[in-house]
Amino acid sequence: MKQLDLRRFPGFFAITLACVFVLYAPLMVVAVYSFNESTSITRWGGFSLSWYADVFTGPESPKFQRAALNSLIIAVLAGSGATLIATSAAVAMHRAGRFKAKTASFALINLPLMVPEVVTAVASLIFFTAIGFSGGIGTILLAHLAFCIPFAYLPIAARMQSISDSYEQAAMDLYATPKEAFRLILLPLMMPGIFSGFLLAFIISLDDFLITNFVKGAGVETLPTAIFGAVKQGIKPNIMAISTLMLGVSVVFVTLSWLIGRSGQKTQ
Amino acid sequence: MNKFLATSLIALTASAASAQELKLYNWFEYMPQELLDKFTAETGITVTMDTYDSNEALLASLKAGKLGAYDIAVPGDYMVKILGDEGMLGSFTPDEIPNHGNIEEQWLNVPFDEGRKSSVPYQWGSTSFAVNRDVFDGDINDTAIIFSPPEELAGKINVLDTSGETLTLASMHLAIPQCTSDRDQLKALNALVTEAKASWASFGSDVAKDVLTSGDAAAGMIWNGFSAKARNEGANIEYAYPKQGVIVWMDNLTLLKDAPNRDSALAFMNFMLEPENAAALTNFAQYSGGVKGMAEFLDPEVANSPENNPPEGTKTVFVEACPEEIQVMYDAIWTNLKK
Amino acid sequence: MAAMAPGGASNSEIYKGNAGKLLLPTWLVIGFFLLIPVALMAIYSFLTKEFRGGVIWEFSLTAYDQFFLNRGLFGDEPPSIEWTYIGIFWRSIWQAGLATVLCLLIGFPTAWFIATRAPRDRTIWLLIVTVPYWVNLLIRTVSMKFLIRDEGPLNALLLSTGIIDAPLGLINTNLAVQLGLFYSYLPFMVLPVYAAVERYDFALSEAAADLYASRWTILRLVILPVVKPGIIAGCILVFVPSLGAFLAPDLLGGAKSFMIGSLIEEQFKGAAGNWPFGAAAAMILMTIVMIVLLVYARSQTREAKA
Repeated sequence: MKQLDLRRFPGFFAITLACVFVLYAPLMVVAVYSFNESTSITRWGGFSLSWYADVFTGPESPKFQRAALNSLIIAVLAGSGATLIATSAAVAMHRAGRFKAKTASFALINLPLMVPEVVTAVASLIFFTAIGFSGGIGTILLAHLAFCIPFAYLPIAARMQSISDSYEQAAMDLYATPKEAFRLILLPLMMPGIFSGFLLAFIISLDDFLITNFVKGAGVETLPTAIFGAVKQGIKPNIMAISTLMLGVSVVFVTLSWLIGRSGQKTQ
Repeated sequence: MNKFLATSLIALTASAASAQELKLYNWFEYMPQELLDKFTAETGITVTMDTYDSNEALLASLKAGKLGAYDIAVPGDYMVKILGDEGMLGSFTPDEIPNHGNIEEQWLNVPFDEGRKSSVPYQWGSTSFAVNRDVFDGDINDTAIIFSPPEELAGKINVLDTSGETLTLASMHLAIPQCTSDRDQLKALNALVTEAKASWASFGSDVAKDVLTSGDAAAGMIWNGFSAKARNEGANIEYAYPKQGVIVWMDNLTLLKDAPNRDSALAFMNFMLEPENAAALTNFAQYSGGVKGMAEFLDPEVANSPENNPPEGTKTVFVEACPEEIQVMYDAIWTNLKK
Repeated sequence: MAAMAPGGASNSEIYKGNAGKLLLPTWLVIGFFLLIPVALMAIYSFLTKEFRGGVIWEFSLTAYDQFFLNRGLFGDEPPSIEWTYIGIFWRSIWQAGLATVLCLLIGFPTAWFIATRAPRDRTIWLLIVTVPYWVNLLIRTVSMKFLIRDEGPLNALLLSTGIIDAPLGLINTNLAVQLGLFYSYLPFMVLPVYAAVERYDFALSEAAADLYASRWTILRLVILPVVKPGIIAGCILVFVPSLGAFLAPDLLGGAKSFMIGSLIEEQFKGAAGNWPFGAAAAMILMTIVMIVLLVYARSQTREAKA
């Protein structure tokens, strides 16, 4: 009898290629057309970088630059805030033994993952309206902070699970205070997880459209809301150039987090 | 010494002025950046602008806590009335705006703002629909194009995503009054739009121009100036003047209640009542202005466009603001339609 | 991203007694900016609507009544079941369910293929599959819209090669929404399934093969039951966000037929201005999602016991 290769199923490779094709085709088409000379988005008029120049110097560039800056500020602040909170929570969940409300805390941390985004958006709008708070990027920041926590928590908790407390115990046996044990032993060990957590939270904040669109204050746009407003009036080549730039940024980020994740695995 | 005082005074006022700002809430694609830059250069007031895509969306947003965040919005006639009735408008006296006298006579004593105490004209124009002439070359001057379309257009129609204009055009198609409480008429209206929806491709206001230029739609409800822009961008479309009539509207720079920068708002209104600036706006938006003395600054192509010059005898209708007990029925029809 | 269970390998007690302090920020932030808002939303769903947006603080069941009961256009006919909103929910559930099945059909073989590569190649493949996920959802939806519109590259290609002689007319259809959902959430399926397959012990397959089971029998009777938790996690990660999606129906569906997300959005940002009704619809959506998650959690604990 011929030995079956049990890892192989006919057609799976083809489906994988199809999957990759489906994932990339729209993005690639947009990337290609972003280099289109012609103002008409559907006809090819030769290779040109003019739309990239337009993104940085064109008439709409101040609007998009401000929006990009807002997005960045919000994502950095919400990402780092959520990471701090999630780190503290992860230490509690993995180093404080059993305590009252542990299950409830666990459910709470994951709550933002379980509530559909549109519900979070509506609830936040009602809340901020009810308390009469409509300050600039503040509303966006607070809403993002809350729903970024579980995304920051996931990689940190995953990392914590594989860190035995014997190093800290050893340090404390050598008269390290709990604070020193945390700062000198646990924190460095947690670092790869903390970094992935921050990246994840950062990207999630950067990605958000729906909640931002519901709670944003007067005169405040983030990159997604600015792009949404623009594409409603037509997918213009400058939007494609922005999209392609964002694709590039994403590739850099993923590669970065992958490299860091790999170095994290090595140090362990 | 005097000279020193004068320079420092100027410097002081300039620095105070540069800190001033204006929060403007406007329709999308309705304000050229150059004009805002000019305003900032002249007054030192920086402008932040947000956009919306329907009168109803403006109202919803103001209701959702944005009142007090903006100085000026640009509602259409009936929405000025509604905002006024809701107590959401600020007010001024004509002498607070030096150029108040530039408002054209016919737009001064308007029913939605008698004597212009809360608003000044921005642009006025019409709403009907445009048809791609490559797809359909028959008679387009009939609302049947939208509500019982010919075969060539069925399934390729975009309608404005706003109950005010869309249901009013449907009422005109049926020749029933607006804000009717007659059950049979309301039922007929409901039946008409529900049935017509089968031949509509999409609902969208901000997309109205793009669907025509990109070919996603072959006909679409649209505003006259927006239609002119689509034509200028290469779409072979014609703006229709249906025999049932067109909707006429006027959008107005309107002072909102609790405006955080009331002085900036009035300065901006004054600026926009300057004939040259009103004309620059008109050349951009391609509707019509309501300010005296604009003619010499107008782009002849805009002034003479077929979209801005309806044929003699075109019937015109303003959208009415219905009382609450009637509006809820129109809201029900709209929700029922969009399910 | 199935939730990481507490405790686990490191049930250490170094910071015993400090849990309250360490968890306080979490409780404050999520409590204040999610729990209280959702509770407030629940209250709003029982209030009276104010004409054209906002609420009046008077108890009312009108929002739920409007959702479930049809009293005619004028509100005075004898009530019968209102199918409009149930229909919108049903269509959303159907669309989200179909997207989930499609993602599974494509995602499982992909995850399997990747997990059976040599370890070095795996990371490369994983990277390839995850990069699109990191691209903004809005950008991805817009890209899809650009690709499939009647005057877009896909139709141009098919027309020029003579495969079709009229544009497919995909844009602004339920099919386009479906395509958008599938495209948006496909990586959510691949990752958890991959994680499950990677841990799969191939000795099980070998044992089955020794008993003369065919390749597909092994898949059906051995592999699928073992990697089921990963599949279920993937399904939930696709189904839940699809259910409340807003961008796909709005941009790809032409805002023509409501899905749950756009129905709720319309109540707050559009013409309807009916806050209690929007809050009620959001409550019903959340209830459905919570039921799905509870069923999932129960099946997990059952499996853990078994």
